[in-house]
Amino acid sequence: MAEITYREALNQALAEEMERDPDVFLMGEEVGVYNGAYKVSKGLLDRFGEMRVVDTPITELGFTGLGVGSAMVGLRPVIEFMTYNFSILAFDQVVNSAAKLLSMSGGQFPIPITFRGPTGAALQLSAQHSQALEAMYAHFPGIKVVVPGTPADAKGLLKTSIRDDDPVAFFEGEMLYNIKGEVPEDEDFTIPLGVAEVKNEGSDVSIITHGKMVHVALQAAGKLAEDEVSAEVLDLRCLRPLDTDAILATVAKTNRVVILEEGWPYGGISTTLTTLIQEEAFDHLDAPILRVTQADVPMPYAKGLEKLAKPSVERVVEQVNKVLYR
Amino acid sequence: MAESTKKKKKGGRKKSDAEMEVKAEEASEQADVSEETTDQEAIAAESAGDETTDEGDNQVAAPKRPDPDWQKAEKPDLSLDERLQGLEEDQLRQMMKDMLLARRFEEKAAEAYALGKIGGFCHLYIGQEAVVTGAVHAQTPDDYVMTAYREHAHALQVGMEPGVVMAELFGKETGCSRGKGGSMHMFDKERNYLGGHGIVGGQVPLALGVAWAIKYRKEERVMQVYMGEAAVNQGAFHESLNMAALWGLPVVFIVENNRFGMGTAWERASSLYDISQKSKAYAMPGRVADGMDVLDMYRVTKEAVDRAREDSGPTLIEARTYRFVGHSMSDPVHGVYRTKEDVEEHKEQKDPIRLFADVLDEAGIVSQEELEEMDDEAKRISAESVEFADEAPDPEPSALYEDVYANEDVNGRLYFDGRERP
Repeated sequence: MAEITYREALNQALAEEMERDPDVFLMGEEVGVYNGAYKVSKGLLDRFGEMRVVDTPITELGFTGLGVGSAMVGLRPVIEFMTYNFSILAFDQVVNSAAKLLSMSGGQFPIPITFRGPTGAALQLSAQHSQALEAMYAHFPGIKVVVPGTPADAKGLLKTSIRDDDPVAFFEGEMLYNIKGEVPEDEDFTIPLGVAEVKNEGSDVSIITHGKMVHVALQAAGKLAEDEVSAEVLDLRCLRPLDTDAILATVAKTNRVVILEEGWPYGGISTTLTTLIQEEAFDHLDAPILRVTQADVPMPYAKGLEKLAKPSVERVVEQVNKVLYR
Repeated sequence: MAESTKKKKKGGRKKSDAEMEVKAEEASEQADVSEETTDQEAIAAESAGDETTDEGDNQVAAPKRPDPDWQKAEKPDLSLDERLQGLEEDQLRQMMKDMLLARRFEEKAAEAYALGKIGGFCHLYIGQEAVVTGAVHAQTPDDYVMTAYREHAHALQVGMEPGVVMAELFGKETGCSRGKGGSMHMFDKERNYLGGHGIVGGQVPLALGVAWAIKYRKEERVMQVYMGEAAVNQGAFHESLNMAALWGLPVVFIVENNRFGMGTAWERASSLYDISQKSKAYAMPGRVADGMDVLDMYRVTKEAVDRAREDSGPTLIEARTYRFVGHSMSDPVHGVYRTKEDVEEHKEQKDPIRLFADVLDEAGIVSQEELEEMDDEAKRISAESVEFADEAPDPEPSALYEDVYANEDVNGRLYFDGRERP
């Protein structure tokens, strides 16, 4: 084990998978000469050459479709969105091509593509550059959605995503690239899709979350511990496939649930989880399920307003106290 | 480049790539167009306070209604032998058989649609047969074909079994897409037929990706992608042409210009009438083919396919054609957007099958009698395809959740409808 950043973990995963399989290539804006807008692809152009680390024009719909088309004939593209905000321009190819070609062709054309890039808010990037779009992707059958929150999960899950035969939307946290963590050095280290992980054991309440919000949940759990509240933090790690067993197990264990996500509440991940829990674990609940999401507004620029809009440790603690009737 | 120079000698009037890019010629062509100023243009120029210049260098060609010989606009005046391009008699016969099958198959599909055996959208190809037959004959079975949703003839042209195509239209388990795709989403991996796409222009970037894969693997294959003229206004088209030229990808873009995007005439939809000229924005050769003449389609596509294979360079082809039927089965043949006379005139004077039959007759290759035999054969095959589709089984309920994910062997849940899987 070595302690490396989330960024380095992703870089290792890309390099290892490109080394392992000549059909894997990385394409996107500034991934080559510039070494990646967030330096995730640093050094890869020098190592693998310009057919495998490809700088594109700013043409998201075009290069996303290109990736899907190349996957139709067996390549395994990794398409980097400089941020997922820009993937909205490419969404037709994600939804109408990548997600549906296998089904529409009666099973003839699997699409082994990985889309990846940062999601969610950073600092004062305002409305168009701060969106957490996981729910939008998870809405469509045919796509898998992966949302790692730690360096080890980032590496293990990116490797699995690239090896998977389906389209995978892999969401990185824009504020996570610099965080450090222990990551196995073994080149065969992978983490299977659809396995959640309890990041903090607890018995009074379950905070179910993913991605960057795992860290908000852990801080909240720390604060709650000071008040002698034992909060379990379940990191979903994948949204589709979804580890429903782990969700139902933590609900059965604590009987109280707060769902925390960075995206908006309407039709969000938390909406689906709430439905699932009330359908399948209703009898285990001792309180209504509460949520912490982004404020239901476009992200404002002003520092104070932005802080108000984002999910926060304080909001989580508040909602936990409510489900505990404290 | 070498190839096109060679062709030039043969074709007489064909322009080389270099010549295509000569600005002076272009400017004079544009000036010609601008002389026939439309009312709209005059109004626009007046309101903008512009003074029109004779040079016309920066002028955009005004929307222009086609003259009666619009399809033949850039066709060289060739002798019979030159038109036949040294093609083997067998191949010429096959082209005729392919066009007849496309026609008769579509007629059967229309019948089946009227009987309720085919559902959803169903776009027929009647009138446009020369385009795909001529173009696919210009490449090899190793090359790829992809198109939009007016695609039954494309599926047949790459060699798919007519019964399997009809079964897909009927939504049957033994259809080419197991009844999941229907009229708009046919695929055949074995025959390098990549669909069958329903979003206007959406297939163009996909084709770019296939061409990318060809280059990536250093293969000598070619990607042929078809689209209707309305797709040319989509961003996907322009993004794809740019990258195809930027990276030198072996792709041939074939625009089937049947003049109407559903009910919108091209002159009402594009600021520039000549689609082939759009290639110039991407430093790519652009060509016009007579889409009612299978031999012209072959000639123009062959040059593009050879260039793609040898130099890995893309070409934009505007195939000027016409559909004799409505946009889909749910709208009338002419509607309010074109006249009955226009349709009738095309059917009488420009039917691609009749035009080709005349050529083959003149060349002494296919007699009237043999043509009738071929036609009977096409009708028989089409009728049999309906029988096959009629008898084919419906998909089992268990198929509902099949082929949604290729790799379902994962932990966790993939489906959230809370239903038992049948």
